[in-house]
Order: sequence, then C-alpha cells, then structure tokens
Amino acid sequence: MERAVDIDTIRTMARHMRLDIVDMISKAGSGHPGGSLSSADIVAALYFGVMNHDPQRPQWPERDRFVLSKGHAAPLLYSALANAGYFDRDHLNTLRQLGSILQGHPDSKKVPGVEVSTGSLGQGLSIANGIALGLRAAGSASTVYCLMGDGELQEGQVWEAAMSAAHYKIDNLVAIVDHNGLQIDGACADVMDVGDIEAKFEAFGWVVTGVDGHDIPALVDALARAKSVRSAPAIVVCRTVKGKGVSFMENDADWHGKAPDEEQTACAVTELSCEL
Amino acid sequence: MPKRATREAFGATLIELADEGLDVVAVEADLSKSTTTATFAARYPDHFFNVGIAEQNMVGTAAGLAVAGKVAFTGSFAVFATGRAYDQVRNTVCYSELNVKLAPTHSGITVGPDGGSHQMIEDLALMRVLPGMRVLVPADYRAAQAALRIAATTPGPFYVRLGRAALQDVYDGSASFELGRAYTVREGSDVTLFACGVMVGEALLAADLLAEEGVSAEVVDIMTLKPLDVATVVSSACKTGAVVACEEHSIIGGLGSAIAEVLGEQHPTPFARVGVRDVFGTSGDPAALMEYFGLTARHVAAAARGVIARA
Repeated sequence: MERAVDIDTIRTMARHMRLDIVDMISKAGSGHPGGSLSSADIVAALYFGVMNHDPQRPQWPERDRFVLSKGHAAPLLYSALANAGYFDRDHLNTLRQLGSILQGHPDSKKVPGVEVSTGSLGQGLSIANGIALGLRAAGSASTVYCLMGDGELQEGQVWEAAMSAAHYKIDNLVAIVDHNGLQIDGACADVMDVGDIEAKFEAFGWVVTGVDGHDIPALVDALARAKSVRSAPAIVVCRTVKGKGVSFMENDADWHGKAPDEEQTACAVTELSCEL
Repeated sequence: MPKRATREAFGATLIELADEGLDVVAVEADLSKSTTTATFAARYPDHFFNVGIAEQNMVGTAAGLAVAGKVAFTGSFAVFATGRAYDQVRNTVCYSELNVKLAPTHSGITVGPDGGSHQMIEDLALMRVLPGMRVLVPADYRAAQAALRIAATTPGPFYVRLGRAALQDVYDGSASFELGRAYTVREGSDVTLFACGVMVGEALLAADLLAEEGVSAEVVDIMTLKPLDVATVVSSACKTGAVVACEEHSIIGGLGSAIAEVLGEQHPTPFARVGVRDVFGTSGDPAALMEYFGLTARHVAAAARGVIARA
C-alpha cells in the first residue's frame, strides 16, 4: 500500500536542508553548495515522502535504497539523514573535519543510512543496478533510487550501466538526474555537451519522465509513475537550478565547489530563512 | 595427473559453493567461456550476470549485488578487471569494504600469443596497495579451488589471481589452505625461494637443479600475498640467509617488493628478484615466454646461486 505523501512536509524539509547545506559548508570552509542545493527538493521528496525507510533500522531489509551517485552532494544527504533521525544533528557541525563521520564524500562505513560510498562520479548507476538485481533475486518489493548529476553523464560507465539496466529490464530501479546544466568548468553544454538527456535514455530503452525538479507535487508524481513502470528501467530527468534558493549562488558554476564566507553565509541564511 | 589451469577452478568452484547454499553470484564481461564462469552460468543462470564488454560496469554491478547481500564474484581478464576498472575497485569496492571477489583469469605472461596488451604483470602491485584488499595467488588447481573458497567465505574484498596456462599439481588432495599462511612446499637450508602462482612449480624444479649441485633450497609458496605471512617469511630467511622472490609479474610492486619490504625492516637478507624486468609482455608460446622473460627453473636456480654467493 502506498503511503500518503505530504507535500508541505517535503517543502519544509527541503528548506531546512538548504539551510543545513549552507551552514555545514560554511563551517567546514569547503564543500559543494551548488549541486547540493539543486538536488534538495529531490532528496527531500525521497526521504520525507517517497521512500519507504526506517531511520531506527538502517539495515531494515524491506527499506528502499538510495544511492547518491553525485557524491559531492554529501551535505544534502547528511542533512536528510540527520533530519530523518539516522544520527544526531550535532554531527552536521563536523562536516569534513578530522574524526568526523561526515567525510567530504559519503562513506558507508561511517554513516548510518549510507548504502555505499560514492564520490568518484559515474559509478552509482552500476551499483544501483546491482542492488536492484540482488533485491529482485531475493523477491524484495523494495525500490532502488539513484541520483546522478547531468555533468556526471559524461562518464562512460553511466552508459554501460544504462545499457545494462535496459537489458536486464531492471524495473525496481528509479534513476534521477539533477539536470542543473552546470559543472565545475562551466556550462555542461560548453564543457562537453551531454545533449538531449531524455532522448538518450529513451534510445537506451528507458522510460523517461521530464519534470521541474523544484515543483514538489510534480516531482512526487513523476517519481511515483517511474516506480510503477514495469519491465523497463525508469528515469526522472529533473530540470533544476544550480544553487537553488540562494540568489547569488543560482546558475553560477563558480558555486559548484566553494564555501561561502561569513557575510555570504549570513546573506544566504537570511534568504533561506525568509521562506520558512 | 594431467595439467590443469587455475582458471578451470573458477566456474567449478562457484558451482560447488552455490550447491552448498552460499548466496554466490558472478558478474562477467563477455569472457565467460575463457574464464570458465560459463559453466556456473549454465548451472545457475539466475546467479549470473553478463554485462557485456564493460568492465567498469561489471565491478560496479558486483558492488551493488554485494550491497544487496550477495557474495559477488567478477570475471574478465586480469588486465581489464584491475586496470580498466581500477577506480571502481578502489573507490566502490575497497573504500566501501564490499563483499566483492575479483577473480580474473589470464594473468601474467603465460597468457601467451595475445601479447603484451593482454598480459597483466602489474595486477599484484595494483591490488596489493589497496587498503582492505586481500590478494591470493594460487599455484595450482587445488590451491585455486581453495583460494576461491576462502575468498567466498571471508567477508570483504578479495583478489584471486587466476591463469590460463595448464600447470602441474603442486599439492595433493590432502592439502588444506588458510588465508594469510605461506606454505613451505620443500624444506631447505641454503636459500629460500619464495614464489607464488606459476612460479611455485618453477621454484620446485629449480630446487631439484640446485640439489644436484649440493645446494639445499627451501621453497615457500606465498599463496596469500596480502596479508603476508610475515612470520614464515622472516623465519625462513633467518634459517637460510639467502632469499629469491619468484613471480610471474613485474619485479616492481608484487611478491618481490612485499618480501623486500618485510626483510628490509625485520631481517635484511641477501635478496634477488625473478620476475618481468619492467617491460611489457609480448606474443609467443607460454613456455617460450617463460624462457624469454627469464622465469624458468634455470633462471631461478641462477638467481639462487648469485644470492648465495653474496650471503
């Protein structure tokens, strides 16, 4: 039975998570705000509405699985997990520090709720395929969600995995692309044009849905439809704004991987707090 | 007993393990006939995934299957499984400490005619340096069966180095093997020949040659390259006072390096390496290549004489 999804809860959690992201990266003095903020609504929708999981039982066999293939959005994942109750929020203040469980990129050995370590781009979809195949073999009803960046699609392994998912008709998998159009060196289209992402996945045999990645009701609906697809893998391509929610970070590749200074942090917190 | 290649143990042992109820799966990259995982696929089709010619995806998929609770083996050739998919092995399998077992075949120069592009002589160096990776180099078919079984039943990442060349048995049916133990397959007092894989047989033949000259050579099979059986290495070196490391691998980074690291720190001993001397492989018949690269019993014996002269 599907649980009711509360759109307002997701929206509120996404705002809290954006505040966490700015705060964590500011305190850490480094990190990746742009792609964390662009994916915040997606990850909020997953952890606070769509996914079936139990923070008290991180290894619960029937849980849905999430693979953050774009591992540099770690602050976003950590915020989601902390707010869901996987670990104490105090850890968020230790991001990237020596001895912290919250490494610069997610380490599954250290963080409850992280299924697999990521950080080297292009690998998550293969891993998600493997988890989904394993769950399918076990007769599990769980769904595997895998979030990739659009720049990440330049990695060849993504397309090896895309081919493989269609070949094996992996339908307990929902891939998601955070299509914010920017990467470290600039616009994806200028650095290495990924082209028509939806058409490419369609050509690889996937059922593709395009959606505004900040329109939470539409996002939840798209994820639900993707989950219901049978006999083919499904992907939701989310059009997003890099740095979403912090005006001076939005649509600026320079905010891919740098921390705001004190003044910028205050400004960002003010903007994000207004929305709460 | 006819000669058998260590690769022949791969599919056969996977079948045994599955028969015994272990939740083992294999992910292959279009080389199932060569690696022998095809025999496992025929018997357990639902436990076998061929991802096509896509080694990075092979390792990633195996990683996911391990996350889902499977004991996940990967196939392919050593050059591709370790070289092409190195980042996947490092960042996904080892960094996450996943239950993935790399057991590629066609390692070393005994691949033969396919040539240098396919002769992997750096894999032990690449795998040995990875934190948490255990590295097994079986010397014959029975040792390969045991190595695969150890890998399957011990949690965490493993590298099992399998080969294409048919080898004479080193061990009889009574042998048993443990992770992290070196096996003294011939006792001696004048020189220790540490060897792994294909070179254990050559070292035993070298010991015969040396015996004809009155030289008593000890032969130690370093089946587990990592974690290395330091106690056995040091005690044998103490006993003989002269050491040769023999491997079908580059002299850089593999068995020779591992032995030198331990003895250099704990018991400096006159030492020589037999291995591929920092060059790529080349096409040829395996036996001719062993001769060409200086890896035969004759070469091992010569290295032993040299090191004894310095002792």
